[in-house]
Amino acid sequence: MGPRIGVYVCHCGVNIAATVDVEAVTRFAQGLPSVAIARDYTYMCSDPGQALIKEDIEKFGLTKVVVASCSPMMHEPTFRGTIQEAGLNPYCLEMANIREQCSWVHGEKDKATRKAIQLVAAAVGKAFLLEPLEERRADVTPAALVIGGGIAGMQAALDIAKAGFLVYLVEKEPRLGGHLAQLGKTFPNLESVTPLLSKAIEEVEGHPNIDLLTSAEVVGVEGYIGNFKVKVTDRTTRRELKVGTIVVATGYDLFDAQLKPEYGYGVYEKVITGLEFERLVSSSGPGEGEILVKGKEPQDVVFIQCVGSRDKSVGQEYCSRICCMYTAKQAFLVKEMLPQARVTVLYMDVRAYGKGFEEFYDQVRGEGVIYRRGNPSEIYKKGERLVIRAEDTLLGEPIQLEADLVVLATGITPRRDSLKIANLLKLPRSADGFFMEAHPKLRPVDTVMNGVYLAGCCQGPKDIPDTVAQAKAAAASAMAPLCQGQVKVEAVTSIIDEELCSGCGICAEVCVYDALSLHERKGVMTINEVLCKGCGACAVACPSKAIKLSHFTPTQILAQVDALV
Amino acid sequence: MNEDFEPKIVAFLCNWCAYTGADLAGTSRIQYPPNVRIIRMMCSGAVDPVYVIKPLLDGADGVLIGGCHPGDCHYQEGNYKARRRVAILKNILHQMGFDEGRVWLRWISASEGQVFAETVTEMVETLKEKGPNPLRELWGT
Repeated sequence: MGPRIGVYVCHCGVNIAATVDVEAVTRFAQGLPSVAIARDYTYMCSDPGQALIKEDIEKFGLTKVVVASCSPMMHEPTFRGTIQEAGLNPYCLEMANIREQCSWVHGEKDKATRKAIQLVAAAVGKAFLLEPLEERRADVTPAALVIGGGIAGMQAALDIAKAGFLVYLVEKEPRLGGHLAQLGKTFPNLESVTPLLSKAIEEVEGHPNIDLLTSAEVVGVEGYIGNFKVKVTDRTTRRELKVGTIVVATGYDLFDAQLKPEYGYGVYEKVITGLEFERLVSSSGPGEGEILVKGKEPQDVVFIQCVGSRDKSVGQEYCSRICCMYTAKQAFLVKEMLPQARVTVLYMDVRAYGKGFEEFYDQVRGEGVIYRRGNPSEIYKKGERLVIRAEDTLLGEPIQLEADLVVLATGITPRRDSLKIANLLKLPRSADGFFMEAHPKLRPVDTVMNGVYLAGCCQGPKDIPDTVAQAKAAAASAMAPLCQGQVKVEAVTSIIDEELCSGCGICAEVCVYDALSLHERKGVMTINEVLCKGCGACAVACPSKAIKLSHFTPTQILAQVDALV
Repeated sequence: MNEDFEPKIVAFLCNWCAYTGADLAGTSRIQYPPNVRIIRMMCSGAVDPVYVIKPLLDGADGVLIGGCHPGDCHYQEGNYKARRRVAILKNILHQMGFDEGRVWLRWISASEGQVFAETVTEMVETLKEKGPNPLRELWGT
């Protein structure tokens, strides 16, 4: 007996039904070969909708199911679960995307209906050829690796360690703390960083579940979720660690202000970065708690925002998110320490988006800090002082300010060595160079590499609370597989036909996951299904067409083509 | 240019970027011509030249391959593989006397719904100017 297919056309309320004649699509589907039943329903994803499918599987002995509704990105897991509950293999489902890629983007009902009919025909054509796939499982090593010992890495390590798992925390520098260790006070509460940080460091260093490796670097990563083998070196020794999951918390670099030569950073001593200002005002700094520039208290201090942020001319299109507030904090500190000093902030837009930020920004202006909209065109030296030329874009007139100190609010950039980590862990980076999360909204700490999670500024600019929150989220995600003890492994993989394979090894050359190797005795290639991510590159490369990608086989795809053309 | 001619386009879109970008055009309700039919692939690097040639032989007027931007491939370099393959395929199509301008490879990220809609719109306009795939008439498909 051939396949018996059930087709379910969803109205999605009016989302589909207003633009696509769902009854016509259903009638058409009912006439297709091997279709045992075709139905339409208001909401297929609702409980009664799913119940309809389950009843039909039993009643009509369905072996394949096609759901014509929203994108598979939305409800493929839902309907896979539905048919699995009714005893079918979850991979015996095919979806026709008639909402996102039809009813929502086309206005004319007859054309949209015709397109929907073709999409359903293609899905039925593929469903006819679908084969059940086995969902596989692998055991998990109950330990985690955290790369980076800044606040993000420390927080993630602590959370995982407190849950009872062994954590290896690898930090490149001799000391923990990262960039946070270079800061004086937080915004907007003006809390001193040192006690916060020392508490975290003490906790990390004293925790029995944390194996701390400082002055150490990750130099090799092999394996997959549940079973990574990581090589770490600290110049003298080399260790191999076995972990189930990995949290990447490698942090950021600051924008190199010399790339904006008009600001004179590196030329004029009195032009400094925000991070250098932190040291300048620190009680352990050169002025021992007083702001001194060349031994004198500055009378005019100018802060310049967005240095290396929102600036396409230097390839930094994004907002660094922290500079508006750290500048406000630093301007406030100048006013607090030198009440008579004139403090001006030159800005593009003030983005005070966080909890207590707008209130703090108001408070800072209340203290007499002058905000003027417009970034400078140049800074030059006049005697002992600096002259800043800019345009006040609110008044529409050129302005000229003199200053004894200019502080550049340099933005956050991806670490200059981030490519190394990206290559080691096979992590994609987004256009801005930061590591890319698996989904911008729904999977913000996951990566496309199963078992690898992101925390802190390596994923994108963020302030301390956001970093800590993300670190805790990454820790929770990294713990889930450790708690489970076993992980599901993607069922879509390449499959080798040993009768056709000549063992030439071209497939192994194109595989970035090292999933293919030559079986010495058989003289054919074999595939490590746990390493295989199912990209399908080897299947195209194989000159003998001995490899196919399951669930996306040539016959399945060409069946779709047949129905569509 | 035949105003009534409606080109048929088959699009192979990678699951992670271009397919998701097309979904985003949907959720953003960006309208584009209904001439395109999408086949979901895991990666643009998994698009076999046969998948491109078959619809053209069957009478499709154009084939669009959509992948992640360079550097963004979810399988690291599948899109580079696609780029090389398409370059070679176009060369072969050209040598066989077939207009290789009917095959488009485009990078469309998951956040570029607008780009996807614009690409389809532009491709439909281009194909309308080119007219029907000559193989359609030749082979009566």
